[in-house]
Amino acid sequence: MPLTDSLRDDILASVPSLRAFAISLSGNGDRADDLVQETLLRALANIDSFQPGSNLPAWLFTILRNLFRSDYRKRRREVEDADGNYAKTLKTQPAQGAHLEFEEFRAALDKLPQDQREALILVGASGFSYEDAANICGCAVGTIKSRVNRARSKLAALLYVDGAEDFGPDETVRAVIGSNR
Amino acid sequence: MKDVKSQASKNAAPGKQGGLNAEIQSRIGHQLRAMYDDVVRQGVPDRFAELIRKLDTPGDSPQVNTGGSSDQDNGRE
Repeated sequence: MPLTDSLRDDILASVPSLRAFAISLSGNGDRADDLVQETLLRALANIDSFQPGSNLPAWLFTILRNLFRSDYRKRRREVEDADGNYAKTLKTQPAQGAHLEFEEFRAALDKLPQDQREALILVGASGFSYEDAANICGCAVGTIKSRVNRARSKLAALLYVDGAEDFGPDETVRAVIGSNR
Repeated sequence: MKDVKSQASKNAAPGKQGGLNAEIQSRIGHQLRAMYDDVVRQGVPDRFAELIRKLDTPGDSPQVNTGGSSDQDNGRE
């Protein structure tokens, strides 16, 4: 469809979540914004192929995800400074304790296989349905569900199960994690 | 506020590491969204607003000669 004013507004409205997705995927704020820019340029260049009435955010996320994938294959892990760069993109720095916890979470997220990480972000943070996430990733709904489940299990294992002692004084949680009776 | 304890005991698989309890899952979900929403709250950086403004109407591109069929922008500047 042609680029109408309302479509342009809708694309603009998607920018914040596109950035969040890009940063979550890449762990790097500068690179994420380059990805978003490329996504927007590509979307505007191919706006004729967008079906009116279909899910615009999903369409844009698909473009960004594919760009990230091809880009990722090219550079692999060229930038390892994920945590530092990500932290810089935040306007409000979390307090010390929260910041540490945040960095641990970020590091654990980066350890997930890419398939699982993107599925978890799309469903757990972007708020897409399993069906939309499957369309974005070009796979079956069941595949997305199992990726999300594996991602959650792995994050739990990385963050909490091994470090049950660090989790806090919550007796219920400790009892559940450490239950061997 | 949800009763996390009763949820946890309902969903947990006691004695199995693979069984994720609700407390941990809600914590992961919360951290994931907190990370994500921190960026969402930053809104639209100027560079993207300008990019979309500049590219919005292909017909208005400076390279394109509109042939004077419309009076828009004529004589301005």
